[in-house]
Amino acid sequence: MKSLFMNPVLNKEIRLRFRSSKSFIGIASYLSILGLISLGFIGLTLSFDGGTFRPEESRSMFLLISMLQLSLVIFITPGLTGGVISSERERQTLPILLTTAQSSSSIILSKLFSSLAYLLLIVFASAPLYMIVFLYGGISPMSVLASFGLYTFTMLVIGSIGVLASTVIRKTIIAMVTTYSIAFFLTGGLAVITLMLTSFSYTFQQQGQEYIWPFIFASMNIPIMFFSVFEESIMTEFKHMAGFEFSPWIIFFGVYGAVIVGSLALAIRKLRPKMQAREYPK
Amino acid sequence: MIETVNLTKKYGSFTAVEDLNLSISEGTVYGVVGQNGAGKSTTFQILATLMSPTYGSAYISGFDITKEPAKVRQVIGYMPDFFGVYDQFKAEEYLHFYGASYGLSVAEREEVIPQLLELVNLTGKRDSYVDLLSRGMKQRLCLARALIHNPKVLILDEPASGLDPRARVEMREILKELKAMGKTIIISSHILPELAEMCDEIGVINCGQLVATGTVSEIQTKLQVHKEIIVTVSGEMERAVRFFEGELEVLNVSVVENGVGKIQFGFRGSDSSQQALIKKAVLADIPLLGFQTLEKNLEDVFMEIMKEVEVEGE
Ligand SMILES: Nc1ncnc2c1ncn2[C@@H]1O[C@H](COP(=O)(O)OP(=O)(O)O)[C@@H](O)[C@H]1O
Ligand SMILES: [Mg+2]
Repeated sequence: MKSLFMNPVLNKEIRLRFRSSKSFIGIASYLSILGLISLGFIGLTLSFDGGTFRPEESRSMFLLISMLQLSLVIFITPGLTGGVISSERERQTLPILLTTAQSSSSIILSKLFSSLAYLLLIVFASAPLYMIVFLYGGISPMSVLASFGLYTFTMLVIGSIGVLASTVIRKTIIAMVTTYSIAFFLTGGLAVITLMLTSFSYTFQQQGQEYIWPFIFASMNIPIMFFSVFEESIMTEFKHMAGFEFSPWIIFFGVYGAVIVGSLALAIRKLRPKMQAREYPK
Repeated sequence: MIETVNLTKKYGSFTAVEDLNLSISEGTVYGVVGQNGAGKSTTFQILATLMSPTYGSAYISGFDITKEPAKVRQVIGYMPDFFGVYDQFKAEEYLHFYGASYGLSVAEREEVIPQLLELVNLTGKRDSYVDLLSRGMKQRLCLARALIHNPKVLILDEPASGLDPRARVEMREILKELKAMGKTIIISSHILPELAEMCDEIGVINCGQLVATGTVSEIQTKLQVHKEIIVTVSGEMERAVRFFEGELEVLNVSVVENGVGKIQFGFRGSDSSQQALIKKAVLADIPLLGFQTLEKNLEDVFMEIMKEVEVEGE
């Protein structure tokens, strides 16, 4: 375990990333933007509401910031992970790395974690902003914790797909575009499909039939599931259509757990060539 | 130490390496010579476990590259023909990173890195950013990197290509030191004379096939490759010409036009018989002023090898 996580690639990537001042400027500007948005939101509601910031308003602000952060994760993770292997291939540093004694799993996992480390830092650096929300109430600390857990999980899902794309696709650009497409499909695309399926639900309900597909697709959609942490009512309607009581989280974590494990396992297998021993045909 | 058995690599229907059988014993420096596209890098990449052979296999230090690639990686130091560096690293950090990649502890790395920097003459550059080093220095740093885990076998793909003459000499001196340390080295080049000096054995490959292998002089005699020699005398031209014409391994003696006192001839013997020839000329009171060997370039050798291959094929 220690060798998997405290290994040279991880160490190197993190050192090199935090060596550039760009990283710190990035964090600072992101936090200032979030801060300004929160203050602007509070300012606006105060001016409309005549001097009080109520728990419901605090709650909407929390939802706004959370959705912003989730979009940040969805937009940035493909860019951070889509080049981890292919860029080393393009810079011709990969062959040397592959002839060292490091195992493929340790290279892949440390590439994943080191590229996500920066994003994690950005997201967790925003935690103090949530103090404002706690100050005004309207949201439970458990929901805040859950939202951070979901950011991390989302990073792992998209990040694993990005690492896989970067391993099997030679060009960084194409690997990134592929990862972005998949990430947008899993978020926006699935949401649209869910909506479309929902629009057919009326026919089914008229005939008294159960209709599980909107529920299934909603359970696999990251933004919908994220939102349902705070507004559980979203899922009750889908459950009602489907006609059974079943936690959507089982589907969510089941599917995406498999995506993470599957992508990483495949990336680890594909990193180095499969050595074949075949007889020379006489 | 290094053995390839029927090693074959196809890219689609194109055969880059065909039925290559090499056997290199421990402590040998083996040079692989061939023109661009001959299949040198392909062979070396397979030996370095970066590519699977299409047919056949290779054994390094007893490990089959197709069955135990991880063990092979532990015993080899590989230097690719083209490689990149992490440009934000300083030279010393660069070596630390690769040292750690081989599982060396900090203490071990701190012991070995100064020695390696010393070996490749980069001690003064340990705090320089890798990106700012000259091509020759990068090449030497990469060689130091390949040595960090003290491998028994070195696989060096054109380590001197693209270097200026001085950097080439420097690289050659380092390689001689490695040879003295008892490493088994397989090294490639497209220039025969570059390898001839430091290799114990040479293999010539053309279009993926091994067309000749053996010691340098074996190859020369086997292929009837002769050196051209120019001798300068201060007088007695006719006696000198007669003397050289009388020697067994000398052919085509001629007087160089416009060259005062210069006689040119072909010589087919080994290095030691060349020494014997010089000694004999001195004892015979030939007034020698100079004795110069014209290096044959690979083109000439190739022409001769290719002619031979064609004749055999008929
Ligand atoms: N990845 C590849 N795909 C297709 N052909 C290749 C590939 N790599 C090398 N070749 C071809 O194989 C031959 C041998 O290449 P290489 O081993 O690099 O030669 P050398 O190192 O001796 O110059 C060349 O004709 C080259 O064009
Ligand atoms: Mg080459």
